[in-house]
Amino acid sequence: MTATQSGSNLEKVLTAGHFAFTGECGPPKGANVAHLRKKFKYLKGNVDCVNMTDNQTAVVRMSSLAGSALMKAEGLEPNFQMVCRDRNRLAMMSDILGAYALGVRNMLCLSGDHQSFGNHPEAKNVHDIDSMQLIALVKKMRDEEKFLNGEDIDVAPKMFIGAACNPFADPYEFRVHRLATKIAAGADFIQTQCIFNMDKFRDFMKQVVDKGLHERCYILAGVTPMKNAGMANFMSKYVPGMDIPASLIKRLKGVDKRDQAEEGIRFALEQIEAFKEMQGVAGVHLMAIEWEHKVPEIAERAGVLPRP
Amino acid sequence: MIVADRKSLEEILGMVADRDKILILGCKGCVTVCNVGGLKEAEILASTVKIARKKEGRPVKVEHRALERQCDNEYVAQLADSVADYDAVVSMACGVGPQFLSEMYPDQVFFPAVNTTFFGGAVQHGVWEERCAGCGACAIHLFGGLCPIARCAKSLLHGPCGGSSNGICEVHKDTACIWDAIVKKKLETGRLEDLVAIKPFKDWRTARDGGPRRSIREELVKGTI
Ligand code: SF4
Ligand code: SF4
Repeated sequence: MTATQSGSNLEKVLTAGHFAFTGECGPPKGANVAHLRKKFKYLKGNVDCVNMTDNQTAVVRMSSLAGSALMKAEGLEPNFQMVCRDRNRLAMMSDILGAYALGVRNMLCLSGDHQSFGNHPEAKNVHDIDSMQLIALVKKMRDEEKFLNGEDIDVAPKMFIGAACNPFADPYEFRVHRLATKIAAGADFIQTQCIFNMDKFRDFMKQVVDKGLHERCYILAGVTPMKNAGMANFMSKYVPGMDIPASLIKRLKGVDKRDQAEEGIRFALEQIEAFKEMQGVAGVHLMAIEWEHKVPEIAERAGVLPRP
Repeated sequence: MIVADRKSLEEILGMVADRDKILILGCKGCVTVCNVGGLKEAEILASTVKIARKKEGRPVKVEHRALERQCDNEYVAQLADSVADYDAVVSMACGVGPQFLSEMYPDQVFFPAVNTTFFGGAVQHGVWEERCAGCGACAIHLFGGLCPIARCAKSLLHGPCGGSSNGICEVHKDTACIWDAIVKKKLETGRLEDLVAIKPFKDWRTARDGGPRRSIREELVKGTI
């Protein structure tokens, strides 16, 4: 793995060999900066960088670029998410330059959920390029210091490039190949979809390690603490590409309603312990969806504090 | 071929609400094949409109016929002596038809009776599916002969996305994930390397993004063949 001189804190943590711990923060459905700052407080000092989601689930929110800049101003390190659904290559390149100019040093390249899931299903989507090409585009801008058309960039954006991977989507046999292609395209780090099926993930990581992919890229395992059995049920039924074993739903149902949140956190903590030991896993990406206030407690109990 | 769906009777009635003598004009091309706008459908629509207007107490004169094709001026010209006899003409061709008609007969008003939907084919009797988005630079040979531009909801060139589940697209329960099919075909034929290669950025100028397109066959223009 080559150092990118991106100046990214996440990159420093990973290259120094520390077990990374990243967080996530959805921007508000409005221009509510106070709300965002409140969430930042819970994350500051507890994670290495924070993903700023980009119109997540195709619901309009404050732009991930603005959210990232606000985060930066509050002394946190953003991981600026960008989806291919809403922008063509011109808008992408211009936002990448803007993000870098505002001090953003990490960026996560995604295709994006289809607009039919969001609050403007009647929208026209873009999909000019796909996530694989977005990775390659950011790499070209960073390493060749050129736009897609070959023109030179005056001060190139030196981003630490991230991509996503869902080991649980179909066809399963292809997943490791798709990951390998993302790495070949230029991904420096990967954050996986939330993992619940640990057996399947172990199998997936074995393929990753056998192919040596973990030596070419840092892989952060996605963890989402379940708030209750209802959430687990909902996600298993309605969120595409989620693999939630019946045993987990049963485990949550097995405790009193008031204790289900604690049981969800316990499961997440067990997962984090397992990931610390798992070959090829370089850290954890904690997606505490609208549960940012629990992050300090989870980080504390997971034994990942203080952050380097 | 071009596949189309007929507009609702309500919408069509709304368009011709203030007209007293109309022509329903079918097309013997694609819309006949997909059972939407041929002579038979023109006849059915004509009598349906008549009945509906009679019920409203505002009877209307409706005639119907079908041209060989409405996307060819040679056939559109056949309407020259009768087009002025009507208050309006309702075209049952794809969107191209009423435009050719409007251009040739600027004094008449042409209403579209169908919604042009996609380029596709019949997968079973009565079911048509989209197969091509007319991107102008066909590359399906790279994808096992299947088109991810038209058939993947995100037009991915390196799919499948994280929402693909059991061969079904995340967007609709009744739509196959075309990327699942592409990957399976490549796995079966041992040609996975076609998919892991990073594809060049697509040049969309040959698609709609380059503006209206034109296809010129010089030898035909010059009349050399
Ligand atoms: S690649 Fe383009 S031309 Fe070929 S089938 Fe797909 S949309 Fe049509
Ligand atoms: S599920 Fe398959 S067809 Fe649907 S958007 Fe994803 S890759 Fe495309």
